[in-house]
Amino acid sequence: MEKKTLFDKIWDAHVIKSIPDGPDVFFIDKHFIHEVTSPVAFLNLEKRGNKVMFPERTVATPDHNVPTIDQDKTIKDQLSRMQVERLRENCKRHGIDLHDLGSDHHGIVHVIGPELGITQPGMTIVCGDSHTSTHGAFGTIAFGIGTSEVEMVFATQCIMQAKPKKMRITVDGTLGRGVSSKDIILYIIAQISASGGTGYFIEYAGSAIRSLSMEARMTICNMSIEMGARGGLIAPDETTFNYLEGKDFAPKGEEWDEAVAYWKTLKTDDGAEFDLEYHYNAEDIEPMITYGTNPGMGVKVRESIPTTEGMKESVKKSYIKSLDYMGFKPGEPMKGKKIDYVFVGSCTNGRIEDLRTVAEFVKGKKKADNITAWIVPGSREVEKKAMEEGLVQILEEAGFKLRQPGCSACLAMNDDKIPSGKYAVSTSNRNFEGRQGPGSRTLLASPLTVAAVAITGEITDPRDLIEELALEK
Amino acid sequence: MAYDKFDVLTSRMVPLSSENVDTDQIIPARFLKATEREGFGDNLFRDWRYDSEGNPKPDFVLNDPTYEGKILLAGRNFGSGSSREHAVWAIYDYGFRCVVSSFFADIFKNNCLNIGVLPVTVTPEFADELFAAVEADPTTEVKVDINTQTITLLSTGKSESFDINSYKKQNMKNGFDDIDYLLNLKTEIQAFEAGR
Repeated sequence: MEKKTLFDKIWDAHVIKSIPDGPDVFFIDKHFIHEVTSPVAFLNLEKRGNKVMFPERTVATPDHNVPTIDQDKTIKDQLSRMQVERLRENCKRHGIDLHDLGSDHHGIVHVIGPELGITQPGMTIVCGDSHTSTHGAFGTIAFGIGTSEVEMVFATQCIMQAKPKKMRITVDGTLGRGVSSKDIILYIIAQISASGGTGYFIEYAGSAIRSLSMEARMTICNMSIEMGARGGLIAPDETTFNYLEGKDFAPKGEEWDEAVAYWKTLKTDDGAEFDLEYHYNAEDIEPMITYGTNPGMGVKVRESIPTTEGMKESVKKSYIKSLDYMGFKPGEPMKGKKIDYVFVGSCTNGRIEDLRTVAEFVKGKKKADNITAWIVPGSREVEKKAMEEGLVQILEEAGFKLRQPGCSACLAMNDDKIPSGKYAVSTSNRNFEGRQGPGSRTLLASPLTVAAVAITGEITDPRDLIEELALEK
Repeated sequence: MAYDKFDVLTSRMVPLSSENVDTDQIIPARFLKATEREGFGDNLFRDWRYDSEGNPKPDFVLNDPTYEGKILLAGRNFGSGSSREHAVWAIYDYGFRCVVSSFFADIFKNNCLNIGVLPVTVTPEFADELFAAVEADPTTEVKVDINTQTITLLSTGKSESFDINSYKKQNMKNGFDDIDYLLNLKTEIQAFEAGR
């Protein structure tokens, strides 16, 4: 029998037709939409006189441009308000489920999908957002699409896609203290570069990946796109099933048993071939931070910015341009650099586990005076749990305030913008020029590292503080 | 929606050699708030093109009258990051019909083909030659022929072939998008869905 990878199994099961020397007609199980990339798709759909073919397969929530304070009031920004209102009208007209602002199920689309159990192993999932790859943590083929394709899914529940090549990244071993899944993925991207995954779909495997919680797995799959890969996935296992059991939209009773029986078949066959493989040791991974303007420009927090020695002239030009933007010089150490803002949130690290990490670390400490901190839960559910677990109180005692859910300062479409020239250490996914506001300078790191920076006011290896604390005790 | 057919394009090039140009640079997120596809060309490369007061930055290539054309010559890994199709809308609305690079980000390339901007992938060596040629003589022209799948630097006659699958090639030549093709499969799609 032909040996198949997990990716092959799911992909092949969703191809309705293959066009010779062309793409596959690829069926989509679940389609997530939000207010920013859907309005033109709805408009074009209606202009052509088409209908949404399977409205129950699309789920909507406004997340990209929504304010993270006073969500019960009218949105002040006129254009943002119009987009959110347009989403409401479109969903109503086409019979699409909307988890609206203020509802118990509201949140960032890639946080609520898994949280509600809408995301399930074996599915194909798309959304007009590149971080759709997050859902791959459940053993799904999930990736971002453009607005033309959003219209295709509305009209036909299909898109035209050429099958990507297959890559496997195996991380074996045990993570050290203070090292998290965000560090794993920043480490991988630093190794293979911001374009090293282009043309591939990644399967993450190995004992270090297996040992991670679903939240931590989502962080890894989320950033697959940051190395250029369309997406990344992890075979479902007991951790996956335990996470999903009892969720609102997860199967129940007999259907649950049947589903789990099928989900257990979703793994790469022994001997199945990948086009490219990488292997890493968890023991080599330490807390990471980025210093440049793409996610591949990362180092260990205790290291220095790479020098230009041996760099090709064309590469050097872009490298120096990037460092100039950041206000950094080659060879400078990362530790000790003054920071102005911290941001905890986004579809990468805005889940309950992330807030727990931050709260646990800052408990009994005080936020540094030079730091402005924005802590934004990924969803209402995360917000609710943070209150129930007493995290909000811990954060407030340390000088932090929890805002309301949304994409927020990850892409600064709302008012949560880092001012020009200021430095932000952020749990989000992109350190592009101006990503967090025009002129803003972003350094990506894990929630634990961000928490350490919030306390010291400068770039800090969280392990240094953990060790100090241990000595004091 | 329908777009202009692509056949043979002979044009000057606008060179932008930076590597890893992400879609946040092509069109920053704060300009994604429209509910219709209008006016995106005005904000193409907004923060590289204009200062915070909205004055053109003279050293940015789109503000340099020396360069013009319907072909954007871009550095390696062009269009990385966000899946926003608005980035390609901005490129198209500004007046470009073709982007040439030695390496494209995947979703960006897909989006280009869906709305009628031809992404032409060349070897790094040929990309270097094109950059050198346009730097030496900004009026230098290239010919992009989708029929023969070739790109030719007219001053030297040097030519390279590029890949495009025959399905997308037909679409580009006729100004078709995928929706019509998919709608013709409605019965098969409904049957497939019913079996899930």
